[in-house]
Amino acid sequence: MPSLSAKRTNVETLFFILHNLPAIGERTLEHLSIVSVAVGVAIITGVPLGIAITQSRRIADTVLYLGSIVMTIPSIALFGILIPILSKIGQGIGWLPAVIAAMLYAQLPIVRNTYTAIRNVDPALRSAAIGMGMSVSQRLARVEIPIALPVIIAGVRVAVVINIGVTAIAAYIGAGGLGTFISRGISQSDIRQLITGALALGLLAIAADYSLAWLQRRLTPRGVAARASP
Amino acid sequence: MTASSVPARSRLPYWVLLAIALALTWGLYASGLAADILRYKKDIAYLIRQHLMLVAVSGSAAIVFGIGIGIWLSRPWLARWAEAAIQAVNMLTSIPTLGKLALMMSFLGIGPLPAIVGLWIATLLPIIRNTYEGIRVVPSHLVDAARGMGMGATAILWRVEVPNALFVILAGVRTAMAVNVGTAPIAFLIGGGGLGELIFTGIDLQQHGMMLAGAIPTALLAVAVDFLFGQAQYWLVPRGVNPLRDA
Amino acid sequence: MIRLQALTKTYATPKGSVSAVDRVSLEVHEGETCVLLGPSGCGKTTTLRMINRLVVPTSGKIFLNGRDTDSVDPVELRRGIGYVIQQIGLFPNMTVAENIGVVPRLLGWDAVRRRRRAEELLSLLALPPADCADRYPNELSGGHAQRIGVARARAVDPPVLLMDEPFAALDPVNREAIQDEFLRMQRTLRKTILFVSHDIDEAVKMADRIAIFHAGRLVQFAPPDELLAHPADTFVAGFVGSDRTLKRLRLIRVREVLAPVGDRTFAMNAPHVSPDDDLRRVAALFLEHGNESLVCVDSSSRVLGVVTREAIAQRLALQDAQ
Repeated sequence: MPSLSAKRTNVETLFFILHNLPAIGERTLEHLSIVSVAVGVAIITGVPLGIAITQSRRIADTVLYLGSIVMTIPSIALFGILIPILSKIGQGIGWLPAVIAAMLYAQLPIVRNTYTAIRNVDPALRSAAIGMGMSVSQRLARVEIPIALPVIIAGVRVAVVINIGVTAIAAYIGAGGLGTFISRGISQSDIRQLITGALALGLLAIAADYSLAWLQRRLTPRGVAARASP
Repeated sequence: MTASSVPARSRLPYWVLLAIALALTWGLYASGLAADILRYKKDIAYLIRQHLMLVAVSGSAAIVFGIGIGIWLSRPWLARWAEAAIQAVNMLTSIPTLGKLALMMSFLGIGPLPAIVGLWIATLLPIIRNTYEGIRVVPSHLVDAARGMGMGATAILWRVEVPNALFVILAGVRTAMAVNVGTAPIAFLIGGGGLGELIFTGIDLQQHGMMLAGAIPTALLAVAVDFLFGQAQYWLVPRGVNPLRDA
Repeated sequence: MIRLQALTKTYATPKGSVSAVDRVSLEVHEGETCVLLGPSGCGKTTTLRMINRLVVPTSGKIFLNGRDTDSVDPVELRRGIGYVIQQIGLFPNMTVAENIGVVPRLLGWDAVRRRRRAEELLSLLALPPADCADRYPNELSGGHAQRIGVARARAVDPPVLLMDEPFAALDPVNREAIQDEFLRMQRTLRKTILFVSHDIDEAVKMADRIAIFHAGRLVQFAPPDELLAHPADTFVAGFVGSDRTLKRLRLIRVREVLAPVGDRTFAMNAPHVSPDDDLRRVAALFLEHGNESLVCVDSSSRVLGVVTREAIAQRLALQDAQ
């Protein structure tokens, strides 16, 4: 890679970005579509699962352990495993394996945070709710979930940030997204695309993290001291 | 310490894991993919060494610098800047590793060096954060008692603060190292070598056997590293401050 | 032994400077237990912490055995003073033996000597070393932990102990027990002790002299009985409590006011007291049975003497006059 002088690189990259705003926008939307579908599904499956496993310590431990095993599998390896399976139904590359992999990675943070948050609800509050005659679903809806919400959102936050990274790699299996700038930048030795891709990914991730942090604070009931623990 | 002192709770998941692993292996053999994969034995052997080199160098540098910087940021005289610094660390942590490696490439070109530096940064950040947090939450009355007894600052750090923070610190190291192993395949993209070669080439050529030949060893490696550091957490943290060893 | 001379500590706040401790002067003799007493925020803890230089005085001097503590390196100073805090502060990452061995280790004792000293102190506390020495603090009950905290402070046998509300975190039963143990220990060891407390009853029980603080100033420095009999001002009177006469009665034993029986007779099952009972119990019995005198007997029911209301009143008046 020939080393360009820094100033020239910056200026050229700036021009590149300005000329390619539509493309950048498109890739960003592609990226977000994968992440939001994956996280959305993960919330729908993960939150109830997190609540369900509060019933049994042993089951919870097993589920969480399996989840953390999934997390240790490198994302590209997970793609490598999903592709042969999905190509049986002709969906080996592209959007679907990316979404499925992202959803799997989003599961553990959401399930674990939901489980921890519900379990950590002060037992005194639970007793008070039962004593007042609330049914299980009323208790969940009106007492436990509102208190647990900040921690659950913290889990969603972690899931989103991880997914933005996973989706970036998914560019290599034809899923599109902002990772394409990087992959093309590498294959075409084009430093402008490299920087564009890196910047765009970085800004997207930071923006997502901060906006979800804001949401977390907004949804924290005023009386609850929520420790932002990812 | 005998094996029976490992809490029974943690023995169940390993058993389940083994069952799943066996099931998967059987599936591979049944579908004929296993033969495909084994064709790449030599490549795997060679690339695993490269992969481990990337992980070992970037990882150990990350642990040393990460814990060091984390301890430094936790010092009381840095309190005002530490919060801002940790915010910056948090921001940088959320940037996807592919992005970080891309930036490394634009500064340092291709090859093992930018790969190692990129992986080092990616692994460093969570360790800094956990070390800082871990030391920060050591109860202040312990530090007060230590000062009052006549411990100097160094003694307080190494005999009171770090041991009490060690569990959290090692948890950070464990996560960071597993992430390190997991993102090392991407290093291939910028010329760093490693098992990523098999994975990405396999995807390009639509060769499932090649893909799995890279993917499976990487996954196993990641699990092994996680297990290793889990053991470190169990054995290195004193019993009195180790939730894993609740007597 | 310990002399504080015009000790002052001021803090700068947005509202101007605040005096946490204002020109405090007092002298504690060797072997004496001095309790620093007062409501929260009165400066007693700050004063204590200036002695081992955890807080740096704004002005004033502290003399330990004649030496100005300014001239000694703070870290070395602290190694020669025992320090016990309210939260106990046993390091959870160390075993009991290692905790006790902290200061010895700082002073360069070898492992064998440290272990032996830890076991020695544990035996003195009636805690079997074989059981306790290798336990971790999180495995101990509150009472045991507090005792070991005190043992840790005594590891190198320092002549001075600083204790900051050390028993406040214990439940009342444990607190009584450990206070009694501590008093017994003091009777043999005779260490110089500065003890911070906010509890008047604890202070009266434990102190040879009480230093009572109010808004940073030392208001009165006197033995418990004098404090109770002659509070220096309305604040002290209020702090001590309006039942101070009853508190004084607790300090006096029956044997101190015993008089010969003379020609009194007592029924077989008349209410009685033993020589070690305190006068508050006597007063309670007076009220219960409508008497003005009680017989005092020993453990084998032999009559030792009689205690009368007049004798008690005389005794109180006598101390008033002093």
